Amino acid sequence: MKTREMATGQDEGNGTPASSGRSFAENQRLDREPNPLKATARDVCVFYGEKQALFDVNLDVEDRSVTALIGPSGCGKSTFLRCLNRMNDTIAGTRVTGRIELDGRDIYEPGLDVVELRARVGMVFQKPNPFPKSIFDNVAYGARIHGLAGDKSDLEEIVSTSLQKASLWNEVKDRLHEPGTGLSGGQQQRLCIARAIAVSPELILMDEPASALDPIATAKIEELIDELKENYCIVIVTHSMQQAARVSQRTAFFHLGNLVEVGPTEQIFTNPQDQRTLDYITGRFG
Amino acid sequence: MSSIADRTHDWSGEAAAARRRRRYAADRRLRIYGMSAIGIAILLLGILVTTLVFTGYRGFIQTTISLPVTFDAELVDARSPTEGNYREILSRSIEQLFPGLEGPALRRAGQILTNNAQFLLRSAVYDDPTLVGRTVDVAIPASDPYDQLNKGIIDRDLPENRRRLNDEQISLFEQLEEDGRVETRFNWGLFFNADSRFPELAGLAGAIVGSFFALLVCFLISVPMGVGAAVYLEEFAPKNRWTELVEVNINNLAAVPSIVFGLLGLAVFLGWFGMPRSAPLVGGLVLSLMTLPTIIIVTRASLKAVPPSIREAALGVGASRHEVIMHHVLPLALPGILTGTIIGLAQALGETAPLLLIGMNAFITSPPGGLLSSSTALPTQIFIWADSPERGFVALTSAGILVLLGFLIVMNGIAIFLRQRLEKSW
Ligand SMILES: Nc1ncnc2c1ncn2[C@@H]1O[C@H](COP(=O)(O)OP(=O)(O)OP(=O)(O)O)[C@@H](O)[C@H]1O
Ligand SMILES: [Mg+2]
Repeated sequence: MKTREMATGQDEGNGTPASSGRSFAENQRLDREPNPLKATARDVCVFYGEKQALFDVNLDVEDRSVTALIGPSGCGKSTFLRCLNRMNDTIAGTRVTGRIELDGRDIYEPGLDVVELRARVGMVFQKPNPFPKSIFDNVAYGARIHGLAGDKSDLEEIVSTSLQKASLWNEVKDRLHEPGTGLSGGQQQRLCIARAIAVSPELILMDEPASALDPIATAKIEELIDELKENYCIVIVTHSMQQAARVSQRTAFFHLGNLVEVGPTEQIFTNPQDQRTLDYITGRFG
Repeated sequence: MSSIADRTHDWSGEAAAARRRRRYAADRRLRIYGMSAIGIAILLLGILVTTLVFTGYRGFIQTTISLPVTFDAELVDARSPTEGNYREILSRSIEQLFPGLEGPALRRAGQILTNNAQFLLRSAVYDDPTLVGRTVDVAIPASDPYDQLNKGIIDRDLPENRRRLNDEQISLFEQLEEDGRVETRFNWGLFFNADSRFPELAGLAGAIVGSFFALLVCFLISVPMGVGAAVYLEEFAPKNRWTELVEVNINNLAAVPSIVFGLLGLAVFLGWFGMPRSAPLVGGLVLSLMTLPTIIIVTRASLKAVPPSIREAALGVGASRHEVIMHHVLPLALPGILTGTIIGLAQALGETAPLLLIGMNAFITSPPGGLLSSSTALPTQIFIWADSPERGFVALTSAGILVLLGFLIVMNGIAIFLRQRLEKSW
């Protein structure tokens, strides 16, 4: 089992193996060429009112690869993720300092168009949150508001392609006009992924996308992430270290609002540099 | 040695069982309280409706005398039906109705018919000019005392000096009854006539139209403003001292006694802006002051109830704030907003005090032609009738209340219907 092979020995991997297209070794080679950087965070601090949730985070996100954010609950993974598409702006009293660049451009600079930013940076949430509209309208929504489709057939193509990429097409192609909320949890989550990729974002943020799903749906989503990384840059928050190991090329470990360690996934899991990382991945605290 | 948290419990023991029994008993008590509260409410409602129906049904029926009328071509010209000598036509008809009576006795007999009988003849010719030259039976409402007599409110067995009608009057009426000229029919006038001094002619048409205009104004003002204010406060306003102050004030506004809004309307709309008294426009403005806070509060609650995950989902694909609100939040909040609006309007429909202050309790005998003409409203009309001395207005008051209740039930029914319709469509 791939998971076992990579695991540090202590990890007796009870997670499900994902049937990823490539071999683990290929995914995790330490000596692979680093891709160009998609996003960089420099000295990022986040405050919820008086409370500081992130402390001077410096993190680079490579293009066309998967970066996993791991760490114990409450350590600020979601907070960091939500900085990347400025979703934190919607929470009153939130303050972000430091610099986050997407393709070299500061996304917190005054005058930046958040609508454009969020079109370029898609997001999949922990809990599936389809709109209470039809499956078709769910996927078509982003394309509609951004005017991506010239006519109806364009829109239909966007919807079917996105659903195919999210490997949901076969299950819903005959019921596109039924409500998206009528799907199962796993299908809903794939619908949300289809909705996110329908606008062809450059960066996709996923906050524990599989946490509410059963092993089979999880495997499907992991497979999907693996395929998506050919064209997209993905940052994923996960509590499952097996999942991080299976899908990601780079892993960042957060602890109490600090980014403790970031590096190639294999290195983080086999040879962590920091005692806290080692403790976490070996399950000594959580 | 073992802490309380680790101890094993005797779940089947007597003490535990007794404790559970007490908890079940508390459940049962709560249910009984609730059921008895509902029972009392239903009982009171039942009593209210029964008494209203009991006195009010008489307002829905009317005594009419079928009067044989000859529209003599000498007295009325078919080409100008408004100019005929209807007084003469009427008195000849009355003579025909009571052959053998003359002078004061005939005049007294004529009082069996409503005072406005000649105008009813005029409008009959106006509606159908071919009547001229013919003799037809025209149903003329009986005047109030005879109406009461027919409905059994005046007791024929009482001694003469304790009755409103003396023996002579009663025998005249009984003669008509024998001739089969007395009919009891549905009082359409209740819905199609405006107010009148005479209960047999008084109707709610003016009040219904007035209430409709006032509610229209109220709706047009309070819904856009209320929903707009609620959307701003809920979705855009920064949470600071000012918005908090606004919020507290809106909540207080909802609790302000309605008569205060009437005073405000009197001072501002009539005093400063010089708007006409008794106008449905002013009534609607005053009512919208009252409905506004209700709509704002209900709308905000409905907006709050939209799950944040939907907002995040929309924002996440790059929807602007306006799109999030228009495409997702408002449609989801709509059933709640509509229900709240209709309930707010229903409240406004029944509101009396502020309308009294701006003069919507005037005596007006024709339905308002527009927003600026003088008018009454349903509750103020009921108020006027309740205040009138004629016996016939007692039944009309109850009938008016029943009509008002009918409108309220219809409005609430619409609210429920819309709510279910819209919620199902997701
Ligand atoms: N809206 C908020 N207001 C105030 N504090 C918040 C808010 N959201 C998060 N926090 C705090 O910020 C810290 C980081 O939260 P965050 O949600 O980023 O954690 P996380 O790593 O995603 O945890 P989990 O794995 O449990 O999802 C926590 O201490 C949390 O209490
Ligand atoms: Mg989280």
